[in-house]
Amino acid sequence: MRYLAAFFRFWYEFIVGDDWRIAAGVVGVLAIGALATRAGYAEPALTLTLFAGLVAVFALPLLADSRRS
Amino acid sequence: MMPLGLSAAELALVGATFLASAVEIVEAYTIVLAMGLTRGWRSTAAGAVAALALLAVLTVVAGYTILRLIPPSLLQLVIGTLLLIFGLQWLRKAILRSAGRKALHDEDAIFVTEVEAAQAAPVRTLFGLDWFAFVVAFKGVLLEGLEVVVIVLTFGITADNIPLAAVGALLAIVPVTILVILVRGPLSRVPENSIKYVVGLLLTTFGTFWAIEGLGLFATGSESLEWPTGDLAIAIVLLGWIVVSRILISALRDRDSPLAEAEVAP
Repeated sequence: MRYLAAFFRFWYEFIVGDDWRIAAGVVGVLAIGALATRAGYAEPALTLTLFAGLVAVFALPLLADSRRS
Repeated sequence: MMPLGLSAAELALVGATFLASAVEIVEAYTIVLAMGLTRGWRSTAAGAVAALALLAVLTVVAGYTILRLIPPSLLQLVIGTLLLIFGLQWLRKAILRSAGRKALHDEDAIFVTEVEAAQAAPVRTLFGLDWFAFVVAFKGVLLEGLEVVVIVLTFGITADNIPLAAVGALLAIVPVTILVILVRGPLSRVPENSIKYVVGLLLTTFGTFWAIEGLGLFATGSESLEWPTGDLAIAIVLLGWIVVSRILISALRDRDSPLAEAEVAP
């Protein structure tokens, strides 16, 4: 059991890293993109909107952290 | 005409894997040097070579399995997402270090810590090898190399050229080894943060492009989403991430921090 926990902890730290909000934000934006695409909004403009979404989920937590510290 | 007859995309592929690999090799050498100089080179070299062999097998097996098991449309989305998360992690650390909010990766300090640990550990021989030196060198090379394997696989699979991506990563061994031989110590003066910043930008850019294109998997017909300017959008996305990162470095810069003299990204 201890080895299993260590195995999952290793891969969590390897992929998610020390700020889980990056992975969560990326998955969230892409999930919204998947829903929009499924609903038929597969327009080129959607790509730029999603890009803006990725920038937001990356930059906002960094800026929020700096305000708190 | 591009050098060596490579296309621009292939040059970007080799460049990205070369730089990512160079940074990780510098970090791995710090551990290997500490073990080699303190506990002897035979066991240390055996550990490092065993890890390199395992990484090579992993690259071939994982590459082959992924290509066979995952349909191409899903591959683009999965790989793009992985690359994007990886790239943003690298970029975040490089931004925080450039802004003086996170300490630089100090190869000298890591070297001293490793040397102290190596001197304190008792000698235990197994299969004729100093087991401590073997295991530490093996783990050090394996952990640093694993990130390179992921980058080689993601870039290589998407560009449909894993061998070329692997060549880029392997080429980095030569200059770093020459530098280690010349310096005879940890490579503390290599501008690691600047290289990580550039690699972070490349991983994030290609990750953004491929992950969003891959969302076409959910559209009728499952065709990739089209960026407004086609492949030229890669340059626009890169420019976008450069601008965002520069704004963040400037906004986050902490002038009162003792890390204010930190190495600034190029």
